[in-house]
Amino acid sequence: MTNSAFLSLDNVTKRYQNQDVLREFDLTINDGEFFTILGPSGCGKTTILRLIAGFEKPDEGQVVLDGQDIAHLSAEHRPTNTVFQSYALFPHMTVFDNVAFGLKMSGVKKSEIKQRVEDALAVVQLHGFEQRLPHQLSGGQKQRVAIARAIVNRPKVLLLDESLSALDHKLRQKMQNELKRIQRQLNITFIYVTHDQEEALTMSDRVLVINNGQPQQVGTPREIYESPVNLFVARFIGESNVFKARITERLEDFQYMAEIHGIEWKIFADHKFDIDDMVHVILRPEDLRVMYIEDAPQESGFLGQVIERNYTGKTLDSVIKLDNGHTLVASEFFNEDDPDFDYKINQKVWVNWVHGWEHVIKADELKK
Amino acid sequence: MNRYSSPLNFRRLVITLTLTWLGLFVLLPHLMVILTSVLTPDAEHLVIWPITFDNYLKVFEPIYAGVFWNSLLMSGITTLVCLLIGYPFAYLLANMSPTMRVVLLFLMVVPFWTNSLIRIYAIKMILGKKGIVNSFLMFTGVIDSPVQLIYTDFAVIIGLVYILLPFMVLPLIASFAKLDRSLIEVGKDLGASPFYRFIYILLPLTAPGIIAGCLIVFLPAMGMFYVADILGGAKSLLLGNVIKNQFLVVRDWPFGSAFSVFLILLMAGLLIIYNKANNYIQHKGGLDDENL
Repeated sequence: MTNSAFLSLDNVTKRYQNQDVLREFDLTINDGEFFTILGPSGCGKTTILRLIAGFEKPDEGQVVLDGQDIAHLSAEHRPTNTVFQSYALFPHMTVFDNVAFGLKMSGVKKSEIKQRVEDALAVVQLHGFEQRLPHQLSGGQKQRVAIARAIVNRPKVLLLDESLSALDHKLRQKMQNELKRIQRQLNITFIYVTHDQEEALTMSDRVLVINNGQPQQVGTPREIYESPVNLFVARFIGESNVFKARITERLEDFQYMAEIHGIEWKIFADHKFDIDDMVHVILRPEDLRVMYIEDAPQESGFLGQVIERNYTGKTLDSVIKLDNGHTLVASEFFNEDDPDFDYKINQKVWVNWVHGWEHVIKADELKK
Repeated sequence: MNRYSSPLNFRRLVITLTLTWLGLFVLLPHLMVILTSVLTPDAEHLVIWPITFDNYLKVFEPIYAGVFWNSLLMSGITTLVCLLIGYPFAYLLANMSPTMRVVLLFLMVVPFWTNSLIRIYAIKMILGKKGIVNSFLMFTGVIDSPVQLIYTDFAVIIGLVYILLPFMVLPLIASFAKLDRSLIEVGKDLGASPFYRFIYILLPLTAPGIIAGCLIVFLPAMGMFYVADILGGAKSLLLGNVIKNQFLVVRDWPFGSAFSVFLILLMAGLLIIYNKANNYIQHKGGLDDENL
């Protein structure tokens, strides 16, 4: 993987019926990377994909692929291929003809077509399905044919539009691994669009979080999850507990005392803050430590009671209503010390967190 | 009485009414036609007893081969013209906003509220020696004396197309409505030019609509004797004219009946072919390697 800008959207604006879906939008994607565009529905992520594929033309700005402005090139002339959400296999063609379609259209020799179709079907592990018709395939198999039909053309960029969302959970996880394997094997740039944050974290080299046509954060899955730049990202990627806090004292660089709900806490931050700055302290459910009130250590902590508990197999997830009115979500892993722990509804508990695991953002960094 | 008895009775009533209606007005008349077709014609009593198949043999006599061929040709041209006009129309309609679609469909159906005979007479007025077309052409100086438009095959085809076009458009619209738009986008994405997208994606996927439309235009076109009578003059242009003449002019009912039965069998044959073709398109057809 090189770090050169391979595909970029520069200053792109796209309007539908006088409404800006994207405004002066910039995006840079590197060669050979698995890049995911993540956002809630209606955020403009599919529009970005369609602009890259050529199904839409930008009203302003450039789309540059491999040094060439392709903004006004139509879809059939772009070195990109798309795997559609609905698979969109040609129902009247066999698997072979579906996969061969792009090659036939670009005038590849018959003998070469046969070889390349076979290779592509081997990549998606569908050898021997050449003569089947789409209606004789399962959902997962259709998905594979759709992928084979796209990669057989050796596109410079493969675009995937929520391509796994129609599959059931287990098959989806399998296909996530498959997609990563295919991407490594072919070394093609993948751009994946999804609203599923788990999928985005699992598969991607980098993730763009987008909301209302505005980019919120670009980064590796770890950066996005552990250091969200604003509340939207924090809340959209996984679950978050957010405390409003006021800086009361600076201890040393990046270490402060902050007041949350009347209790002073020592917090670590990667920004500089002044006294009396308002900040958000973000804690993931798994950062929290919850104890029965009688076992609580002599440390500061919030008091509250369990109002819901959910056993998920790996973890015990609980919803805790603090005495100060705040509601928290905690997720605790079972471990060898206490494999059977559980809470009763209305059980009184003490809540603290693993110090240093908090993520602090300035309150006015809120982007809407 | 249980609480299901009343809807059940209602269902029985509906089914009985429908079956009675079909039996009285569809099955019985057809049985009578079939019976008549194997009787012997008679000048005094219309038909008399000895059962004979001579009427059917007469259908295949050479004089009728000419009418048959002419009828096929007229219906074929009508069908082709309807398809050429109807296909783009249905395509545009399917791509329009739902409101526009309803409005245009409505406009297409409105003329049907007027009896088709009256509409055919209207066409006769338009195409006549002193009709609108000739008047306009003379007014603009394109021609000096009126052109013979009425009482030609051309006029008959205009009339047939006018009457039958909606029957072509409706199944085509249904076909386009079922079409998954993203398949066209996939075609684009895979580098297919508009022409290839049409040939390999649009055409095969709308083929059931095309075949259905062609059948329900082609078959009635052969029987629409009044269009040929009014717009084509007194010539026996269509199979329908032959049948009508047997009943009303020659008064040879058995032969007219035999011809009718022959036409029905022809239609049945075409419908069977349609079914076969439809199955083939949906389950086996598609891109033939040899064609590329």
